[in-house]
Amino acid sequence: MSVQRLFHASAPPAELLIRGAHALDPRGELDAPHDVLVRDGRVAEIGAPGTLPAPDGADVVEGEGLQLLPAFFDPHVHLRTPGQEHKETLATGTAAAAAGGYCGIVAMPNTDPVLDSAPLLRSLREQAEREAKVAVGFMPAITRGLAGTELTEMAELRDAGALGFTDDGRPVVSAGMLRRALQYQRLCGGVIALHEEDPSLSGHGVMHEGAVSARLGLEGIPSISESTMVARDSAIAAYEEARVHFQHLSCVESVEALAAWRAAGAHVSGEASPHHLTLTDEAVRSLDSRFKMNPPLRAEADRQALIGGLRDGTIACVATDHAPHARHEKEVPFEEAPMGVTGLETAFAVLYTELVLPGVLPLALLVERMTAGAALLDLPTPRIAVGEPANLTLVDLAAEWEVGARGYASKSANSCFEGRALRGAVRLTLAAGAVAHRAPAEVAA
Amino acid sequence: MSTTTIDGTHGARAMRHLLSIDDLDRAGIERILDRAASFAEVAGREIKKVPALRGRTVVNLFYEASTRTSSSFELAAKRLSADVVSIRAATSSVTKGESLKDTIQTLTAYDPAAIVIRSPHAGAAQLVARWTDAAVVNAGDGKHEHPTQALLDVYTLRRRLGALDGKRIWIVGDVLHSRVARSDILAFARMGAEVTVSGPPTLIPRGIEALGCAIAPTLDRLAEADVVYVLRMQNERMNEAYVPSLREYATRYQVNAARLLPHQLLMHPGPVNRGVELSAEAIDSPQALIAQQVEAGVVVRMAVLYELLATGPARPSEPSLEATAEAVAAA
Repeated sequence: MSVQRLFHASAPPAELLIRGAHALDPRGELDAPHDVLVRDGRVAEIGAPGTLPAPDGADVVEGEGLQLLPAFFDPHVHLRTPGQEHKETLATGTAAAAAGGYCGIVAMPNTDPVLDSAPLLRSLREQAEREAKVAVGFMPAITRGLAGTELTEMAELRDAGALGFTDDGRPVVSAGMLRRALQYQRLCGGVIALHEEDPSLSGHGVMHEGAVSARLGLEGIPSISESTMVARDSAIAAYEEARVHFQHLSCVESVEALAAWRAAGAHVSGEASPHHLTLTDEAVRSLDSRFKMNPPLRAEADRQALIGGLRDGTIACVATDHAPHARHEKEVPFEEAPMGVTGLETAFAVLYTELVLPGVLPLALLVERMTAGAALLDLPTPRIAVGEPANLTLVDLAAEWEVGARGYASKSANSCFEGRALRGAVRLTLAAGAVAHRAPAEVAA
Repeated sequence: MSTTTIDGTHGARAMRHLLSIDDLDRAGIERILDRAASFAEVAGREIKKVPALRGRTVVNLFYEASTRTSSSFELAAKRLSADVVSIRAATSSVTKGESLKDTIQTLTAYDPAAIVIRSPHAGAAQLVARWTDAAVVNAGDGKHEHPTQALLDVYTLRRRLGALDGKRIWIVGDVLHSRVARSDILAFARMGAEVTVSGPPTLIPRGIEALGCAIAPTLDRLAEADVVYVLRMQNERMNEAYVPSLREYATRYQVNAARLLPHQLLMHPGPVNRGVELSAEAIDSPQALIAQQVEAGVVVRMAVLYELLATGPARPSEPSLEATAEAVAAA
């Protein structure tokens, strides 16, 4: 096989019978109650409910009334390691992922030091192999130190296991520098993922520019700061026939630009976050720093465009942009607070509660979009199918829970959904063939 | 009217903090300004103090340079007989990196009745209100709000014009960076005035009309205004390319003798840049209410502190309200 690009701690392969859960695989035929048997970490058998016997030594999970889904994949998280372990570590970040039903996540390189060299990538791999409860992939920087001026040693990084490259947190401001990176992509492969923002337009902005920023006297980040860069970089990607992924899209103009360039045949894709899909800049009226992130929460028309893009496939996948910050860092005036919110533990429940329950999106489509990030990065898609590694999540769609009431698996608590009552609780997550998360007392042994 | 309005038990709703003009309805604004008017009578006496806040502590916490706001808050608290502690960021442990939260927790140990805060950051007063039991007064937070300035502006205009209903008020200049503009738009509109903002398009924030004002990109229709409220134009805006030069700004937007009609009233929150946003003739004209605004600062801030601390339900540790109100009435 080729280079390994996902890493996790070794754990005993699951031996498990999930009995009678409603199994839903949006890419297959599966959409009915089934028994699903996991042996040696793989889906061994799928049968009619009540038909599969439990092998000796296997755990039996009563799944009746629960939903069994392929576990989710998040192409965009911040694990803050190395350098900011007070916010998150590989252990806590992957525990949060498992608690949210994820089997795989991709870590961004804006760490301290920046992930921009093969030795650092190798040390992170080793750390993931000791600590990670779900599979972790790494996206090193496009440019050294995220400075936007020199390319990283992309070919060596790819050989060392890089999934792709990104300067996330910052745009590649120079069109010429981005063009070089896209040309070099032909040598080394790997998706180039872009945080799109024109600093001359976003300035020192801290929220969406509009009526709410005018009211609050906060400097705005206009939508065109993002959309002009999406259009520019799509044009460069098309010219170089390169593969580009746009991170955390936030506004209607970006969705339109992405749709137009996709229709024109450019190899460009996009993602949207649960907070941009469910909240608007109205939330910022509270001046609560938990609603501060980049890109910012935008207007209702923008939110609707993101939902439309997710529905019609212009936006390929959901990505949380899980961005943990310590309490003291966020407990300051809005303008002073760092950008970012956590998301792994709430993503599914937020989108299920806000978009599926009201009938805006079908559940199968949501599950498809929450797993599609893997294929975008040339990784196998989590499936419920015989022979596949067990990447499964068992969810109680009827269960209501309050965000934060029982704390978080993440080291940080900066959730913009804190205190909200959500429907849909993850009971069990299997990642890469092993049990990664099990809600206490909810699952019969 | 004077002593009955000082007795805040008539129709007063308990207000914990003054963080934004949004904390006040029209009746609340009128109640505070009526009380300010009665304090103005006290200010005319030889002994200007009333004992309303005797034994209580007011902390003024200023993270930004300020002359008129900080001094008028200090004077207002002293005229109400409160003990006053004034802290300036430059001379406190704030400069040693202490967080706002730690500073507030430290000050709360002194059991202040009120904390008056000026901060360069929007929402700072709201945060302080979350961290302390004291009443919090926003004395300016970033470019967000400056509610006591708006109250003293309304007070000054009411004294001259009576009710503001139907009056046309133009706010001219750098609206983008002005907390005064935001609080004034809200307060003037709440009092029934029709508000128009005017200035270079680079200094008019996108979406400002949602606050309840019209936008005029030029001063061509300035003649229709009853009141011209001019904002301070800061030198650094030129370096940030909001305007090409102060000279060009003054050519288009300076309020001067040629633009100001005899029936119009002129206001400015201070400090003025003579020869930039206002000509010397305009500043010194009898139409200018700038000195009256400063004068109003003390009595309006007295009324705000009184509203927060001496009306509404008593806290167990505080002297009874009747006693306080009687003491004021007797003063």
